[in-house]
Amino acid sequence: MQNNFLRKLIFDEKIRSIVIQTLVIGFFALLVYSISQTTAYNLEKRGIGTGFEFLGMSAGYDISFSLIDFTSKDTHLRAYYVGVLNTLLVSICGIFLATILGFLVGIIRLSSNWLFRNIAYVYVEFTRNVPVLLQIILWYSILIHLPKIKKAIQFFEYFYLSNRGLYSPAPIFKEGFSVVTWSFILAIIFSFFLRKFLKNKQNQTGKQFPIFSIMSAIIIFTPVVFFYIMGMPLEFEHPILKGFNFKGGMVIRPEFAGMLLGLSIYTAAFISETVRSGIIAVSKGQREASQALGLKSSLVMRLIVIPQALRVIIPPLTSQYLNLTKNSSLGIAIGYSDLVHGFGGISLNQTGKAIEIMLIVMVTYLIMSLTISVLMNFYNRMVQFKGNA
Amino acid sequence: MRQLKSLLMALTLVLFTSTSFAATLDDVKARGMLKCGSNTGLAGFGLPNDAGVWEGIDVDVCRAVAAAVFGDATKVEFVPTTSKVRFTVLQSGEIDMLSRNTTWTLQRDVELGLEFVGVNYYDGQGFMVPASLGVSSASELDGASVCIQVGTTTEMNLADYFSANGMSYEAVPVETNSEADAAYTAGRCDVYTTDASGLYASRAGYPDPSAHVVLPEIVSKEPLGPSVRHGDGAWADIVRWSLNAMIIAEEKGITSSNVDEMKNSKDPEVLRLLGVAQVGDTGAGYGQWLGLSDDWAYQIIKQVGNYSESFEKHIGPNTPINIQRGLNALYKDGGILYAPPFR
Repeated sequence: MQNNFLRKLIFDEKIRSIVIQTLVIGFFALLVYSISQTTAYNLEKRGIGTGFEFLGMSAGYDISFSLIDFTSKDTHLRAYYVGVLNTLLVSICGIFLATILGFLVGIIRLSSNWLFRNIAYVYVEFTRNVPVLLQIILWYSILIHLPKIKKAIQFFEYFYLSNRGLYSPAPIFKEGFSVVTWSFILAIIFSFFLRKFLKNKQNQTGKQFPIFSIMSAIIIFTPVVFFYIMGMPLEFEHPILKGFNFKGGMVIRPEFAGMLLGLSIYTAAFISETVRSGIIAVSKGQREASQALGLKSSLVMRLIVIPQALRVIIPPLTSQYLNLTKNSSLGIAIGYSDLVHGFGGISLNQTGKAIEIMLIVMVTYLIMSLTISVLMNFYNRMVQFKGNA
Repeated sequence: MRQLKSLLMALTLVLFTSTSFAATLDDVKARGMLKCGSNTGLAGFGLPNDAGVWEGIDVDVCRAVAAAVFGDATKVEFVPTTSKVRFTVLQSGEIDMLSRNTTWTLQRDVELGLEFVGVNYYDGQGFMVPASLGVSSASELDGASVCIQVGTTTEMNLADYFSANGMSYEAVPVETNSEADAAYTAGRCDVYTTDASGLYASRAGYPDPSAHVVLPEIVSKEPLGPSVRHGDGAWADIVRWSLNAMIIAEEKGITSSNVDEMKNSKDPEVLRLLGVAQVGDTGAGYGQWLGLSDDWAYQIIKQVGNYSESFEKHIGPNTPINIQRGLNALYKDGGILYAPPFR
């Protein structure tokens, strides 16, 4: 009997794999347990206090670059939110810019124009072979050597460029502006239904509609019309130089701009290569066949090449997005108040809770990265071939 | 990278069951070298000179401890630490002591598992502005952009000072002293705030130091001093009394040049300090209480000098840093520097 059991353990594939997996999981759990025990023991032995109570304590320092109100009397937890939002802000803007620039450069690199093609080539080779940290510092040092605040460059009357940032008028939304916003949202939703309707019609009758022009017209003109109907409920607050700084208006700080430029220009170089490889991966026959059908070259690109190229582009694009998000932690080098700089830096030093804070910061990055992965995988499934094609 | 470093420190805390940290003195002796956490570079306090030799009044405390332990002030390995990693580096046992303009506070002394052993420089937070701004008081700084070196008590004092005076400001947080200098001189901020000593040190390095003024307001108490890990009282005593020895030496007029003659002094305290006098009739001097040789304080004074020598050499009025003794004069000269009796 026992013999039989042992025999099964070794030779029955199913039972054998269950045993091995249990052992691995058990070992892993043991490892995690012993690490946490050792940590607790070491910390206690050295008289270092532990725990997460510090999150509720007042932070005691100010963060000037923040999307939500923050003063020194707010808690470390709120400083954490400020950091998360700033990290998301620069990552999302960076992903947006890098994608546009990357696609453009990727397509230009395949262009038949010798000059454009080679400019793009030099750009790609230069940026992706220089560490991103250096590029961020380079952009930042260029930005802080712009004219000083008292000598700010004025343009378009109300815009000022100085080494403390780009100051511009800030919109003030008055009563009734929400109607304009809603009309804009509704116009977008409506135009998508219209698009579906027109596409169906095209499939049934073969008649083509200028769908893109119709959609843009609806999306642009609806809010404009409502804007006038509501009596132009929008004013601008202009920046005015008063004392040490400009008062009023909006400002894009050099720390943010430096991060954004550094991250997006660096990542765009990688994205452009991804895009280029995706386009090349579409077999030549596809292009030739569509040309033979008489499609314009812009339509060949849009209807035949890009949809197929996306299948190749999306997975590596995802990892570029992840890289950009993680690289945003380099904000510390130029004083951009991201998660690592504010919460992971200043709060860490104020409270000395290195393990707790690092844990929180790491889990946060993990969640951000996983979210990006999930979204991109979802999109990836959408652009894959469906059925048995 | 600093993030990475502080992470690694945390990892060592996480992964390894500690060997006992109790006998730091034995570890130091076995290694033949004192590992001392220093500043990454602050002129007059801790900065390598042209020959790569560390110099400064914070550095001198490390040298004093090395002189006391080994009789050789050069047996120190300096580990540059940023304001952010300094405590973790000390906690994890990578260094034996920390001597880099670090403010003694309740939380650091108690909750972070450190032990401050004394004060080697009484400092306070100040503000520096370009002279061309025409500002003569910190109360005129409403709306200014302020460069702050992060990871210090500085940003908290700053926040408190501005909110107490009902003023607003834009915080420009920078990571190191040199980054703060770069941002300030480029005009990214109007004001640079840190400990007044740090402002003087930075100013000395600017192309035209006279174009910058340090405002009269000192908005905080910043007692800067060396610290060790909590829990090894014997080691803390050695560091504490190495610093005290330098202060007592100044008080008694013992300098590196006259220390040999002073061995013939009639002052009993001088004789105790220099290891001439014995404890009762034990046949040994006062070094035995610390586990050191009897000439430990003699070696400190001979090789490093007394407090005044260290001060004048690195940050005094005859150096580019140009700081007056002020609070850091001996109690009998109008300052608050005061060492307990050597007996």
